[in-house]
Amino acid sequence: MSEHKITLTVNGREMSGYAESRVTLVDFLRDELGLTGTHIGCEHGVCGACSIVLDGKPVRSCLMYAVMAEGHEITTVEGLEGPQGELSPLQDAFWENHAMQCGYCTPGMLIATHTLLVENPDPDEEEIREAIGGNLCRCTGYQQIVEAVQMTAKKLREAT
Amino acid sequence: MSEAVPQKQFKYITKRRRVIEDRRFITGRGNFAADYNFPGMLHVAMVTSPYACAEIKNIDASAALALPGVRYVLTGAELFEHINPLLSGLDLPNVKRIPLAHERARYAGEWVAAVVAESRHIAEDAVEMVEVDYDPLDYVIDPEEAMKPEAPMVHPQHGSNILCDKTWVWGDVDGDFESAPHSLAFRAKWSRNSTVPIETFVVTAKWDEGKEMLDVWASIQMPKYPEQIARALSLPVNAVNVHFDVDVGGSYGLKRGIRQTVIVSYLTRKLRVPVRFNEDRLENMSGGEMHGPDRIFDMEVAYDGDGIMHSIRIKATDDAGCYPGRAPLQLGKPVSAIVGPYRIKSASYNAISVTTNKTSQEAVRGFGQAPTNFAIETMVDKVARSLGMDRDEVRRRNLIRADEFPYRIPSGSEYDSGDYHTVLEKLQETAAWQELIAKRDALRAEGKLAGLGLSTCLEPSGGNSSFEPFLNPKNDTTTWMESCLIKVDMLGSITALMGTSTSGQGHETLLCAVIGEVLERDPDTIRGTHSESIGALPSNSPVGSRMAIMLGGAAASAAEKIKTQLMEIAAHNFQLPVDRLIYDGGDISVEGDSDKVMTWTQLVDIAHRNYHKMPLGSEPGLQAQHTWEVPTGGALPAEDGTVQMYPCYAFEAHIPLITIDRETGQVEILDYHMGHDCGTVLNPDIVRGMTFGGIAHGIGAALYEKFEYDEGGQHLSGSFMDYLLPSSHEIPHVEMIKHYTPSPLTTFGQKGSGESGYLGAPAAIASAVNDALAPLDLELTTLPMRVRDIEGLLNGQND
Repeated sequence: MSEHKITLTVNGREMSGYAESRVTLVDFLRDELGLTGTHIGCEHGVCGACSIVLDGKPVRSCLMYAVMAEGHEITTVEGLEGPQGELSPLQDAFWENHAMQCGYCTPGMLIATHTLLVENPDPDEEEIREAIGGNLCRCTGYQQIVEAVQMTAKKLREAT
Repeated sequence: MSEAVPQKQFKYITKRRRVIEDRRFITGRGNFAADYNFPGMLHVAMVTSPYACAEIKNIDASAALALPGVRYVLTGAELFEHINPLLSGLDLPNVKRIPLAHERARYAGEWVAAVVAESRHIAEDAVEMVEVDYDPLDYVIDPEEAMKPEAPMVHPQHGSNILCDKTWVWGDVDGDFESAPHSLAFRAKWSRNSTVPIETFVVTAKWDEGKEMLDVWASIQMPKYPEQIARALSLPVNAVNVHFDVDVGGSYGLKRGIRQTVIVSYLTRKLRVPVRFNEDRLENMSGGEMHGPDRIFDMEVAYDGDGIMHSIRIKATDDAGCYPGRAPLQLGKPVSAIVGPYRIKSASYNAISVTTNKTSQEAVRGFGQAPTNFAIETMVDKVARSLGMDRDEVRRRNLIRADEFPYRIPSGSEYDSGDYHTVLEKLQETAAWQELIAKRDALRAEGKLAGLGLSTCLEPSGGNSSFEPFLNPKNDTTTWMESCLIKVDMLGSITALMGTSTSGQGHETLLCAVIGEVLERDPDTIRGTHSESIGALPSNSPVGSRMAIMLGGAAASAAEKIKTQLMEIAAHNFQLPVDRLIYDGGDISVEGDSDKVMTWTQLVDIAHRNYHKMPLGSEPGLQAQHTWEVPTGGALPAEDGTVQMYPCYAFEAHIPLITIDRETGQVEILDYHMGHDCGTVLNPDIVRGMTFGGIAHGIGAALYEKFEYDEGGQHLSGSFMDYLLPSSHEIPHVEMIKHYTPSPLTTFGQKGSGESGYLGAPAAIASAVNDALAPLDLELTTLPMRVRDIEGLLNGQND
């Protein structure tokens, strides 16, 4: 099967790679670009482990083909840190609240709540639960994730 | 009332500390099994049986092998010839478990052949091209049907579908039933579900011809995994190296992928290239053998007019699916707490394990205790209802009292410690039980179906394997150790090694905090890490809610040995006896002469470089190891059938308030309080997380999750579209109330918490649903209580 060259912006850097037309975006990110922070859970769009930001919106990279991402702008979990590798307030709050256990759904959870906070810096609990409603976690019961987002929002409010 | 943990007693443990492992997960730098790539690595996809039972007459892989990129097709027949069958927990010599179906496929979805190709895509293409000639056979799906003499046999060589049928009677059960004024009997069902991690099972094996060594990277949580691989492949264990530093993306008991591992290990030895099998979701759910207990309880209880329970009879019929690995042993573990937290003076237990044409059952969080707790709690609610008594009052009258510990239950286990009444009292007070009743009644007054649930349950912890000799007399295992090796290097930093993988329990954090506590060194300067199996001391993996107790205990003891060595070096150099010295933060000074100090750096330097300053004949360097046996372990079951199972018993009580939508049957959880006592808490965030996660699993088991089979034996729940997992909308905010009754058996008084929440939540939700249904005189005793089940019941259509 023939391969296509795909060029896109990932975490602020232009990157290129090759993929057959049937290769999903998540496989492309992991296998071709070596960005293994994005995880595969179900490959049918339910669990949210493969969530990435595509042109500002959270999407499931298992439900897109890599060729569809040509020319688009993507943020993965690897792109959440600051330029010097400093943790973002959200990452730091996930750590502070132990908002994970096995860490497998965590990249997807970070992506979902990162985009929530960009759009809504002051979400209430219901809005946070709505934002992660499409991301399954089997370890935490979600509560410490909600608390981490609340802590981040509070810190961001206090900083501005 | 027992005291809360004297927090000042400890410097690092019991305190909130960030979990070390989290740092790599929040930055996308976890090392999961699918993140390991090797040049030339091949990928596996499985050909699966479409039949519940069928003879495999022929497999024609020629078309598949002709596809460019396909390198091999492995069948069960080839494996059968070259490997040893996988071990069974029971004594079943005629039930052969081969990783791929051999001669006969025994469930729909069973792996029949493994296609190996240069990419997973090509392997999947080729799966479609493998021609399997089947001759469909009769099958049996229902466990009670399977027990009938005329039922089709899953393993004809075994001669029956019954794998185990044993009865134990502890105390004068018949006499107690005869003398008690009341008794009741009922049936409760726990349906096939499991804890379903978001990561499927992934394994890569790489045979190194030069070293004659098999390297394995797997998302594994399995006792004696290297030994099992070695046995299956007729290799010495020192030719198998499991990389335990792989991060496991959730397991909760499930990830026992020995079949998957043997397949790729066989393939890498044959093909001389690394081979990976990364289950997709369908392979995982239908053929990955990760379904949990599937159990029918026939319960009887004898009690008096005061609500005091005198005796119970439990018959548990468990559907093990088709290949019994360790699954039937999940009938044995609940004997650990067979009367729950109650003073019930006699008990009988009939444990029946049945094989059917379903995917094999595997270990799930609690190892059979959550279903048993659900059955016991349903029983207590029924006693209360039959007498018109409050559910909390019946519990208070039956709970073991704090002054009765250690308390020996009829089946022989001694509960270490507890203060159940205080935990329940604190919980009811914090949850405002009376106000919750008023709230429920107000909802009812508005015409709603509202229910308040209650459960009081035990979590046996410190897992050993006493259920093995209990159910299989040919197995005389009484040792179930855990180990830690500590090295202090020449420059003074501390490294601690464990011989197991971690699936979210924070074992690195545990090691660092415990060793920091004993050696009085900052845990942030300590590295806790996973050894490869080739360099590891014996471990039995994080099963049975054991690592806080067992790894914590081993690490503390090893650290004490380091401290002893330091004291001896100091004593030698001061020319004073050890009891004149004071250890403070790694430095050692002379009592009454604080100017005389040897620092940590000096002491470590002597150990590594100045043999002339070491006590005569001492071992150079600074390292220590400790292998800990489970407290109270080491005995086989007694002749009267009594047995000490797990050593430590944590207690939990749950109070959920729910409503049920009269039209749709949908349950909404409005409020959830939980009281928890697992002794000394080593890391509050980890225990809190475990417990919330356990409650979420419990809510899933109670309301949503079921692996469904149709009458044709087809598995209907192979995806997340068909197997409903609770999301952030279904799991409520939980208020947890802590109490701390230390265990007298462990290093710091800690008990296990790896199964907390899960062991009481299903019972509590069922209690709430039945409280909501009570005004209509309706009742459900089968889990999950799904929307359709409740709606059907409300509309009188349920069977």
